[in-house]
Amino acid sequence: MWLLPAVIVGLSVLLSIPLGRYMARVLDRDGPRNAFERLIDTGPQTWQRYCFAMLGSNAVLFLFGYLVLATQPYHPAFLNPDGKGMLSPSTIFNTACSFLTNTNLQHYSGEVHLTYGSQIFGVLFKQMLTPAVGLAALLAVIRGLRGDQYLGNYNLDLWRGLVCVAVPLSLVVGAMLIVEGTPMTFQGNARVTTVEGAEQTISRGPVAAVVAIKQLGTNGGGFFGPNSAHPFENPSAVSNVVECVSIVLIPMACVVLFGTMLRNHAHATVIYSVMMAFLVGLIAWGIGTDSLTPNPALAGKPAVTDAGGKPYRVTTTDADGRSEAKDLTVPAVVGLPVDQSGSGNLEGQELRFGHSATPTWAALTTCTSNGSVNGMHDSLNPLAGLTPLTGMWLNCNFGGIGVGLINFLVYLVIAVFLAGLMVGRTPEYLGKKVEAREMKLAAVALLVHPILVLVPTGLFAALDWGTAATNNPGPHGFSEILYEFTSASANNGSGFEGLGDTFGFNDAAANPSTPATFAPHWDVATGLVMVLGRFIPIIAPIAFAASLAAKRPTPFTAGTLRTDTVTFGCVLVGTIVLLGALMFLPVAALGPIAEHLGPIPFGR
Amino acid sequence: MTATMSTPRPPAGDAKAARKLSRRQGLFAPDLVKTALRQAVVMLRPDILWKNPVMFVVEVGTALSIVYTVVKAVDPASTAAPLGYLIALDVWLVLTLLFANFAEALAEARGKAQADTLRKTRQDTPARRLKLVATSDVPPGTLAAWSRTPQDLETVSSTRLATGELVIVEAGEVIPADGEVVEGVASVDESAITGESAPVVREAGGDRSGVTGGTRVLSDAILVRVTATAGKSFLDRMIALVEGAARQRTPNEIALQLVLAAFTLIFLIVTATLWPMALHAETYMAGYLGVGAVRSLGTDIPTLVALLVCLIPTTIGALLAAIGIAGMDRALRANIIAKSGKAVEVAGDVDTLLLDKTGTITLGNRQATRFVPLADVSAVEVGQLAALASASDQTPEGKSIVELYRRTPGAGGWAAPTASRFVAFTAQTRMSGVDLPDGRVIRKGAADAILKHTQAHGGTPPHLLKEQVDAVAGQGSTPLLVAEGNRIVGMVVLEDVLKPGIKERFDRLRKMGIRTVMVTGDNPLTARAIAAQAGVDDYIAEATPEAKLAYIRQEQQGGRLVAMMGDGTNDAPALAQADVGVAMNSGTQAAKEAGNMVDLDSDPTKLIEVVEVGKQLLMTRGALTTFSIANDVAKYFAIVPALFAGTLPWLKKLDFMHLTSPTSAIRSAVIFNAVVIPCLIPIALKGVTYRPVGADALLRRNLLIWGLGGVLVPFAGIKLIDLAVSVIPGV
Repeated sequence: MWLLPAVIVGLSVLLSIPLGRYMARVLDRDGPRNAFERLIDTGPQTWQRYCFAMLGSNAVLFLFGYLVLATQPYHPAFLNPDGKGMLSPSTIFNTACSFLTNTNLQHYSGEVHLTYGSQIFGVLFKQMLTPAVGLAALLAVIRGLRGDQYLGNYNLDLWRGLVCVAVPLSLVVGAMLIVEGTPMTFQGNARVTTVEGAEQTISRGPVAAVVAIKQLGTNGGGFFGPNSAHPFENPSAVSNVVECVSIVLIPMACVVLFGTMLRNHAHATVIYSVMMAFLVGLIAWGIGTDSLTPNPALAGKPAVTDAGGKPYRVTTTDADGRSEAKDLTVPAVVGLPVDQSGSGNLEGQELRFGHSATPTWAALTTCTSNGSVNGMHDSLNPLAGLTPLTGMWLNCNFGGIGVGLINFLVYLVIAVFLAGLMVGRTPEYLGKKVEAREMKLAAVALLVHPILVLVPTGLFAALDWGTAATNNPGPHGFSEILYEFTSASANNGSGFEGLGDTFGFNDAAANPSTPATFAPHWDVATGLVMVLGRFIPIIAPIAFAASLAAKRPTPFTAGTLRTDTVTFGCVLVGTIVLLGALMFLPVAALGPIAEHLGPIPFGR
Repeated sequence: MTATMSTPRPPAGDAKAARKLSRRQGLFAPDLVKTALRQAVVMLRPDILWKNPVMFVVEVGTALSIVYTVVKAVDPASTAAPLGYLIALDVWLVLTLLFANFAEALAEARGKAQADTLRKTRQDTPARRLKLVATSDVPPGTLAAWSRTPQDLETVSSTRLATGELVIVEAGEVIPADGEVVEGVASVDESAITGESAPVVREAGGDRSGVTGGTRVLSDAILVRVTATAGKSFLDRMIALVEGAARQRTPNEIALQLVLAAFTLIFLIVTATLWPMALHAETYMAGYLGVGAVRSLGTDIPTLVALLVCLIPTTIGALLAAIGIAGMDRALRANIIAKSGKAVEVAGDVDTLLLDKTGTITLGNRQATRFVPLADVSAVEVGQLAALASASDQTPEGKSIVELYRRTPGAGGWAAPTASRFVAFTAQTRMSGVDLPDGRVIRKGAADAILKHTQAHGGTPPHLLKEQVDAVAGQGSTPLLVAEGNRIVGMVVLEDVLKPGIKERFDRLRKMGIRTVMVTGDNPLTARAIAAQAGVDDYIAEATPEAKLAYIRQEQQGGRLVAMMGDGTNDAPALAQADVGVAMNSGTQAAKEAGNMVDLDSDPTKLIEVVEVGKQLLMTRGALTTFSIANDVAKYFAIVPALFAGTLPWLKKLDFMHLTSPTSAIRSAVIFNAVVIPCLIPIALKGVTYRPVGADALLRRNLLIWGLGGVLVPFAGIKLIDLAVSVIPGV
């Protein structure tokens, strides 16, 4: 039960330290080092030019991705052996945004809708590049905090992130997956005759390559629709551990990189510990409420009554406007006549590797904005659903490559501001005074996430767009809507599923299932949320760091707030918990908590 | 007040009494409260309130809530919430606004009360202006000449005086404007400004030439050049500042306002999006129950407004202005006038403190502490000879020698016989002494001077004399030799005497993280010894104004903020360069202009208090912000279950406080949110207690009190209010 998460977390920590130091060595070099780097180097950049280069390259990347997906029928035969057709415009837009922003929200099913060409150039290519973009952003932020005059060169940072980190690590992980049995082929789908004599089509392709980088690059977009719950993506217990470690490895190493580049390991250790505390807490919550708690629909649940044992009363109005107080009688759910103690929730779980595998993966994948899954988050017990949701609401505990730590810094700045005042000084961070301009930038970065989660959730919940798309009524349906926008805004990409958001081929009849009525609404809304949720929280902190870089350092005195102590760690935990709770407690109550306390089944 | 107002010009004593009274006045003195209450209502005007974004949101929300209440009164079916509940909400929302305004108005009223006492000293006074054409160049003797030619003077109102003009002020007259003494010496009663009853001497030239309008000349007459016209004088600026009229928001206040605005925006989004979400819940519950409609408070606008007001940081939003005004006010109570709120705030950040040795670290002048025999005499005998030699010496050093001998056990008489001839100290001889009638010649003075004197009379210096003298000098003390005839008999050691408790104060500063630097004109050897004794971190020896300036610049290069205190004109550049420059009120006008604070008591140890006031100001802001935000947790647990009681009643399990009913829960949260503002006014005005214990310990302490306390207190508060409200029938 607890061994699997312990092994995964332990291995990740052990590997992240040397990796972080290695990254600091290869990524933080001044100027070009070889002929190719000399070719792409455009000289040291100010924060404006750095951001401009980043946005420019991303705009090109978006167009390229859009074109690749939009020309699917024309892909050469070896990249489209199964002759897949044109995707709907909204699916193309959503997918282009999704992979551009390192989100990998999939409103399609890879093996059904995408050609190998789209998988490689529309998906894999961006999966390799976008983590390097995040890493470049982090490098720029660190250089600013360090007080450098220029924030580095975007092209160099991107290139080095790609060839020194993303490519070699994916080769290693890809090779390990192939050894474990993940397919890696350009042949078309296999047609086999089953034992029963039936004819079956088995999807395959360059799976190992996609899976390796989707795990390592906090991408999460699987080759197959079911993601790593598909046995080809996650064939064995070893591959399960390898993939879990891959999820969190680079984000953890980013914190080590931060400490090494700033030469402030004590401060980085505090940040690392705080992130680890949240990660471990969320894993434990997931296991406690899911692996250790049986599914209430199967194990039974007492009648829903108030503290006095009487049914709750609600005031209703009938069609004629007459109001009447009604008893809300919710009878007890009778469980299956099977002893389920110790079995936990079994629905939708990856049970081959011990039954804490799915909650553990759920916590890792949502803390880090990865979004791959090895089970169905929709099937988690209601309260266990809080683990992935909280991971994405906070979106800073290791988080996406580069951007997770950047998000954490936003919380940190708020903590520094309040704690700094409480020691009777103008707040300082890393020896630089934090003043109005910095707080403005931090506030912008902080505001983006709640706006992008809550506003569209409210909109879709009140309209048919949302209610007609959900598989389940009541609080669970609300959770499905909430999860989708949380995932999009956090650039996570995991799905709660159970949401009708897939359109697929433009020719509706070509789809194996009818396109969802409101799929275009979901495509456009989440596409916009992903783009805004990606770039605003990157640009504001870069500007913030550059603003600090320009300030004169203040010497450290006994009156200065220390950022490398246990006390400060507690301040960080407190700030993150408080801010997170204040932003998302009401929706948590309306979704998972209302479902947990409410009736089963909810009915339609 | 009326008693003093009825007399046309209150004697200085009355003003002082009024001032003391205002200082002693409690936080909620009735007349202050009355003014503040009136002002609180006036400040409801949106054009005033919109400067405070948090409270402006409350005002807009309140207006919205009142509109919906009226709609409910007209059309009872418009919302599920009962009318009584809506009216109660409106009342408490308005009260929230009034409490917030009251906090600010009370702080302003306190400032105004002080300003009023100050203003009494700034009346129109007749001024006798000199009709000189060229007032820039005043020939010596102008003061004496005026009485012979009274036609050169004209009497004008003080309001018509212009900068640069010369006025004459005689004993008993009030100085009409701020100025500088050009000629003459006078004792001046400055109690109206400083509250200190002892008169001070103001004289031309030197560092005590500044006079303040409104103070009274007690003796003699002075010729004053006006340096500030009416309305722009020191006192006017001071009044404007304490009244808050000239109050500008400080950089840190702006940064905090931004953070508060961000929080407000977050909660605006949280609350606004709850409406469609609650609607969603109503729809599916109606479907589940198979009825026409189910209503919850989640779609009731006044309830959502109440939730918003509870969540946004109203506590700190209401008290922020008051904290700033109170900071200035506290500085003023310490008799420091800051020229801006920013100066007080910066003081909290000071890293390096430049302190003058004399008067700050040591007591005035050097004092005799020991008699050391160098020949075959006892220490008491050396003392007697030294005392005889100093009997007519009126310098502080000479007096201290006599004083030390008098206190020495076994001391005899030291009065010189009547026929003695005293030799006074001169800069050339650098020694003084007495020729006794019995022919004995006693001298005391600087070591080399006495040595030369005895050698000239054929004496030989005692063995090891040079070593002993150097040893004393090496410890930072001044050795004086005593000679009888041509024989050197002993040594008097003069030492700087540290002010009592000064070492502890420096320890305290060190714990605050502040480096102390002693500034002295002494040589490096002496300076180092005293620095070590007093426990300062560094010193500037043989300090010239340039050296001070250079030191400040060097510190600032290293990113440190420097505070210093000065009085002389030659201090002005350094005062201007320092981040916190405190000029002594007794100092020159140039010094006062250059600094950003003026210390009315001219007390050099004031810098320490200034720093504490600054730190307290920032801490109070941080603590109340944390408290305000931490409060929200309990409010969520009270309000969220209540919002959905109509649709998802089982969320009641989240209500750990077991509140009576949904409407009571929301009302209790709103009431708590409102009453916490007046409850915290004393803290906002007095400031959170600052203890110099180091940043980490201070943070832990404040986190426990304001962070953890902020989470827990509202749980208890809301529960108590709920219990109290639920017993009132019909609400």
